[in-house]
Amino acid sequence: MPVVLDADRMVRSLARIAHEILERNSGPGNIAELALVGIRTRGVPLARRIAKSIHEIAHHETPTGALDITLYRDDLSSHTLGPQPLVRKTEIPFSIDGKLILLVDDVLYTGRTIRAALDALIDFGRPKAIQLVVLVDRGHRELPIKADYVGKNIPTASTQNVQVHLMEIDGRDEVEVLP
Amino acid sequence: MKKDLLGIADLTADDIYRVLETADAMREVGQRPIKKVPTLRGKTVVNLFYEPSTRTRTSFEIAEKRLSADTLNVAVAASSVLKGETLVDTAMNIEAMSPDMIVLRHASSGACHLLSRICRSRIINAGDGMHEHPTQALLDAFTIREHKKEIAGLKIAIIGDLLHSRVLRSNALLLTKLGANLWVCGPPTLVPPGIECLGVRVTTSVDEAVRDADVIMMLRIQQERMQGAFFPSLREYFNVFGMTTERVKLAKPDVIIMHPGPMNRGVEIASDVADGPYSVILEQVANGVAVRMAVLYLLAGGVEDEAAA
Repeated sequence: MPVVLDADRMVRSLARIAHEILERNSGPGNIAELALVGIRTRGVPLARRIAKSIHEIAHHETPTGALDITLYRDDLSSHTLGPQPLVRKTEIPFSIDGKLILLVDDVLYTGRTIRAALDALIDFGRPKAIQLVVLVDRGHRELPIKADYVGKNIPTASTQNVQVHLMEIDGRDEVEVLP
Repeated sequence: MKKDLLGIADLTADDIYRVLETADAMREVGQRPIKKVPTLRGKTVVNLFYEPSTRTRTSFEIAEKRLSADTLNVAVAASSVLKGETLVDTAMNIEAMSPDMIVLRHASSGACHLLSRICRSRIINAGDGMHEHPTQALLDAFTIREHKKEIAGLKIAIIGDLLHSRVLRSNALLLTKLGANLWVCGPPTLVPPGIECLGVRVTTSVDEAVRDADVIMMLRIQQERMQGAFFPSLREYFNVFGMTTERVKLAKPDVIIMHPGPMNRGVEIASDVADGPYSVILEQVANGVAVRMAVLYLLAGGVEDEAAA
């Protein structure tokens, strides 16, 4: 069974995450400090969807940005064969100083992407806190990193390949595990 | 990308678009409060400049520093070159200290190709004699695309000292690869024979070159390279070939005016044009940093030819 999360369950998972975010950050003034930053590529539409859910629940507009972590990767110098990975634009159109940043990615695996994203975010300012949102946690961490909000935990073998498809990019909402 | 950036001649249209798109992302780094990313941490880049340069050398150095490379400037005027050391010996000695890249500017055409054959380090051409200045052409293309979106189909006029200009050669190769309709114009004594084979239209009439142009690029009169009398006087040159407000009016209403610098005001370009509303000359300088960051980043990766082989 390669499909582990279908469109319906994806919508419900993201709505639940939006509720959890609001519940956990419900103190006075906290909601005004929230900001979403999606990691390119698929973290960006996920962050926008969560912003939309938060708006539907709490009638609050959460600022949303996009982060490209290519320039912070720890494996650039080991690319001795083959070309460099494509660098895309980082767009964070608000100050992150004092904000409660919700960092959003599709799959949490080794944790190396998140390590790079934390370094990148710190270069933009000093957030009050950073919390991690992922659609899928597939295990096999290589760094001490843990998600605060998880859409679905999917136990995998490290030889398997988890593919997230999103309507905005791939034309359908689906998570598959390929052998 | 290949091992080195020696000239636009070695790049495909896809390579060029790759640099321009990467530069677009790199520009954002320069707009942050902390203008630095760790990408080239631990890489050493040597800037070896045998000719005077303010813009290009500063631009490369800023680009290298924004990518966290360790940079080193060899000031040739205060180096062993004065004691008679050859380019190859200087390069081999620098190479012995294991840099990752060498950015070379030299008065002799082909100097970068020579180093490319003998050095393990990546070589970036920052201008070799009258041959090529690839990063200038790339930043010019980046600036044009910012204003005009697509380069294909634009009428672009390059006017001035065509004979001595490496900026012209790199731009002609690049802009024709991307499908521009390129015109070049200068006094007959400063038009190199056979220039038509670059795929450009040649004229000695500035009015013809400028009429309905989308982009006007002025080239510097390179007096330091001129041995002999190519035209009677600078004043007469300005009267016949200088860019004035009246001549700009022949171009499209949304024309942009470019100049690779350093400008000779009142020789190839009037001050009111250089500082006027159509001028993008300082944007070119700003974009140079982002484009050079893109080149440094892309060259730091693997070599495509070797991966394919």
